[in-house]
Amino acid sequence: MIDSKGLDQQPELAVEIAGIKLKNPVMPASGTFGYGQEYAPYVDLNQLGAVVTKGLSLNPKAGNNTPRTCETVSGMLNAIGLQNVGVDAFIHDKLPFLQQFDSPVIVNFFGNTQEEYGEVAARLNDVPGVAALEMNISCPNVKHGGIIFGTDPEAAFSVISLVRKRTNKPLIVKLTPNVTDIQILARAAEDAGADVLSLINTLTGMAVDVKTRKPRLANTIGGLSGPAIRPIAVRLVHQVVQAVQIPVIGIGGISRAMDALEFLIVGAKAVQVGTANFVDPNAMTTIIAGLEEFCREEGIADINDLIGTLAV
Amino acid sequence: MKNLKTIVLSNQEISPGYFRMKILAPGYSNASHPGQFVMFRVQRSLPPLLRRPFGIFRVGFMPADCDNMAAKEFIEIIYKVVGSGTEIMQGLHQGDPVELLGPLGTGFDCGDAAGEKILVGGGIGLVPLYSLAEQLVQTSRVRLLMGGRTRDDIITVTEFERLGVETYVSTEDGSLGEEGLVTRVLERKLDKYPDASVFACGPMPMIEAVQKICLRYEVPLQVSLEALMACGVGACLSCVVKGEGHSESEPHYLCTCTSGPVFAAEKLDWTHSEIKMVKNGGGK
Repeated sequence: MIDSKGLDQQPELAVEIAGIKLKNPVMPASGTFGYGQEYAPYVDLNQLGAVVTKGLSLNPKAGNNTPRTCETVSGMLNAIGLQNVGVDAFIHDKLPFLQQFDSPVIVNFFGNTQEEYGEVAARLNDVPGVAALEMNISCPNVKHGGIIFGTDPEAAFSVISLVRKRTNKPLIVKLTPNVTDIQILARAAEDAGADVLSLINTLTGMAVDVKTRKPRLANTIGGLSGPAIRPIAVRLVHQVVQAVQIPVIGIGGISRAMDALEFLIVGAKAVQVGTANFVDPNAMTTIIAGLEEFCREEGIADINDLIGTLAV
Repeated sequence: MKNLKTIVLSNQEISPGYFRMKILAPGYSNASHPGQFVMFRVQRSLPPLLRRPFGIFRVGFMPADCDNMAAKEFIEIIYKVVGSGTEIMQGLHQGDPVELLGPLGTGFDCGDAAGEKILVGGGIGLVPLYSLAEQLVQTSRVRLLMGGRTRDDIITVTEFERLGVETYVSTEDGSLGEEGLVTRVLERKLDKYPDASVFACGPMPMIEAVQKICLRYEVPLQVSLEALMACGVGACLSCVVKGEGHSESEPHYLCTCTSGPVFAAEKLDWTHSEIKMVKNGGGK
């Protein structure tokens, strides 16, 4: 059965990121898995490396008008508008459900101002059952002309530094790909005190209904995700891994184990699966099984031995 | 509620542009409630990327192939070819692999047994009303008002009749039944049966007109809405509608996939002229 290369034992899939032990390197991308509960009827949350929540803000947020999503070639555009229940409601109403499971909970959050970012981080700081925070910096800075925090190295450094002072939890900073040189932003985030970087967030995009001549999203512009963006994401993760010392989580169009492996090989310590959850609620568990099978076939005893082994 | 890897049993054009697909669906006869839907994956390869939501037309059993064999459960969906996803669907044949996630969503509340029931279906919107009719005819008098643009849009009416439903057909061009809008027939019926409950599914302008009429006649209304969905389980937040009391300052959005697709009319916000829905013809 097992060829010369094959492995006779259970391969080790566990990885560690910023002191958090993950039983495997696969977790959902924020915004594609609700607050975990939505998918619990279909997926055993205990099988996941971690659960990553929908992005939370200080106050509840209503989100955009519809249509909020549309399908494009091998991808989808979304402009949900960060609809969420707010950080306090999350802590009281959503987190207890997640605490039944042993997978670490990573809470994604954002703000409209530096102060809001800091306040949300502070409110989550002492909450038990929150393993780490993931900071979405792809939001406009309302107080400073709406410039996107994540596209300006100084603004990014400033807001991450502020959040760093308000939390002792491991801090993951999620980078936007909508920049000219992602390495500059990655270094700014590292210098500001990020423990981990995750990337990529969606690429901005747009689609038009040619008959009505209207944008296909009510918000006109949205974020592109899905298999279409994967090669771009792999390239950006590759570049960021070169630029920083801290661990990187790879995100972007992962729907199969082979996709996840590309990110691990270029140096991501873990991966997040997004749009694929919508297509198949079992996407992550199938990917985890596929990683195990790949390690067996390739004779890799520990998945950490595969990470960052790009042959160039 | 789970993802079922299954096969197509049959797929036939029943009227120009309308197809009826039978899919093997073990477990659905017990699990499914009238008004629920499935997220249908056309094929495992791309395109399309996302699943499409389809209302369940009916759940049934195929006779067993031989003695000692269980009867096979199936569901039927009816779809109109409107986009790339449904174009691929119309080419599926018996035995082709597909996936069903479901049954999903909140279906119809069949209400008190005694009262008159009026179903209003517009085109492909008729689909979720069939399972409802199957249930309602057990205890109530049921009437179906079926509307369409032309005779091609009038589908499966004889099957409703076989259940014992009284049917009334209207088309905008007069090519079948009465000429005009289905809402005119509804007003006439409500004049005659002022205590009826109304159940409607169809294009948004029809639903809005039905809502106004039911409000005027003070009769209860449940509507089944169509929406563009990515996940079908309340995670993606694509399919939201404005709920009762919604305002810019105090927004109240409901997911069509979990709080609906069937809503009691009073749970929705009708003040903003249009409930922002994306018509997708029963899934693009």
